[in-house]
Amino acid sequence: MRPSPPQSPPPSIDETLRELAPQVLAALMRRYGDFDACEDAVQEALVAAAAQWPEKGLPGNPRGWLIAVATRRWIEQHRNETARRRREETAARLSVSATPEDDELRLFLLCCHPALSPVSQVALTLRAVGGLSTAEIARAFLVPESTMGQRISRAKQAIKASGAEFRMPPAAELADRVAAVEHVLYLIFNEGYTATSGTTLVRTDLTREGIRLTRQLHALMPDDTEVAGLLALMLLTDARRAARTRPDGSLVPLAAQDRRLWDRDAIAEGVRLITGALSRAPLGPYQLQAAIAAVHDEAPRAEDTDWREILGLYGLLEKVAPGPMVTLNRIVAVAMVHGPRAGLGQLAAAASEPALADHHRTNAVRAHLLEMAGDAEAAAAEYQLAARRTLSIPERRYLESRRDGLSREAASPRPRPASRS
Amino acid sequence: MKYLLLIYHNPGTRQIWESMSDAQQAEGLAVYAALNADLAASEELIVAEALADSALTKRVTVRDDKTMTSDGPFAEAKEQLAGMYLVECDSVERAIEIAARIPDATFGLIDVHPVMTYSGLEM
Repeated sequence: MRPSPPQSPPPSIDETLRELAPQVLAALMRRYGDFDACEDAVQEALVAAAAQWPEKGLPGNPRGWLIAVATRRWIEQHRNETARRRREETAARLSVSATPEDDELRLFLLCCHPALSPVSQVALTLRAVGGLSTAEIARAFLVPESTMGQRISRAKQAIKASGAEFRMPPAAELADRVAAVEHVLYLIFNEGYTATSGTTLVRTDLTREGIRLTRQLHALMPDDTEVAGLLALMLLTDARRAARTRPDGSLVPLAAQDRRLWDRDAIAEGVRLITGALSRAPLGPYQLQAAIAAVHDEAPRAEDTDWREILGLYGLLEKVAPGPMVTLNRIVAVAMVHGPRAGLGQLAAAASEPALADHHRTNAVRAHLLEMAGDAEAAAAEYQLAARRTLSIPERRYLESRRDGLSREAASPRPRPASRS
Repeated sequence: MKYLLLIYHNPGTRQIWESMSDAQQAEGLAVYAALNADLAASEELIVAEALADSALTKRVTVRDDKTMTSDGPFAEAKEQLAGMYLVECDSVERAIEIAARIPDATFGLIDVHPVMTYSGLEM
């Protein structure tokens, strides 16, 4: 058993800075409208604060302090006359402004602008909305700082070149633009969540950052059910973090996890969010994935899992957002409800799709279903194939351990209950 | 996904390079520069390095806690590692496309290695 998490301490200087970063940037943008220069100025202000505040203590009005310093930096960059004239024109154009909440949402939308590639959207969102430094983002994504720096400056140039402005997109585009933001937040979360060892500490920061930013987006658009679904999905998934890896970084399958390690508060919040979202229209893929995660999280033991409900939800998900991984997961649910042979039959048909034919997860699912069906020899061969094909070191270790378990069992046969996540 | 592209030269590669005129060599380098610029623009380039002559290579082994080194070039190796690209791209097909644009692919060879990650999903 682990001790329950301590009461949340007062925010650290780092947390305060990250919280304030988008507000300060939004304030500068409202005044000057030039994303590239405003963002640079805010980064400089954040660096100055990180250097001064730990020694001198927090200023009375941290937000005001940051805006003042960032403004000073901006003005230093724009001393000449033409820049001043342009600034006044922009200010006039932007003065029809709205609330600070609108500004923050616009900032999200600007960082996830369609002119940018997903990797750039991620980097820019973490820097401009998340308040992370280029070095922190580079460490988290395991690329050199210079590479990340180039990515960010290119992204800013692309925004400038696209002529994008700091304002709400037309209503017809809004849904797609918000979907891009959701996707970016999901990528940030997933990058941290799937990390198992090595630089885990840095990378679980990304999980927290993904949740924090999604919370922020949810607060900005509380009526958007997919944003609520995304936040629920993150909470319900992250709730299992302490149980999903062993201290040596090896993976623990869902069915074998010590459920006492699951974060009950996160599960309760996730269930509340997804229940609320599902009671309102429209339904979307994040809500369905969150609903599936909730069914797993609410089962006291693995064998209590309501696989019929999960099968129904995967059926819906396959209609709303089809994809090879959704198909594989639905087939696992088929096997749990109707037996391994039914699952293997559907898998044989699905594996003719090019996206699944050579995928290591197809082999892993087939291995698992064969194991459930009692065919240890064929299962071991499929685990072996899956282990050789995966590009993930922890997955390879897990698949090899399943294979080894089966060969040991073949050496001394005895009945063994089927287990599965 | 990350791919490591290893550029190998064979004994003839150096001769081919040296037999080229200055203009031809400049042209070859310009192809590299264009490739690097394209990969930076598409955000696929993580790092690219050229390696010094294989005569400068040190081979290190530790046996019984003793570190031993031997000096290159190593006669048994027909292909010499000459450089590398670490790229991040969507598919192995794209990695192969990048490898084919490396000028050395026409007179040496490029090996495309998928890079393992420490990321994994519970199953």
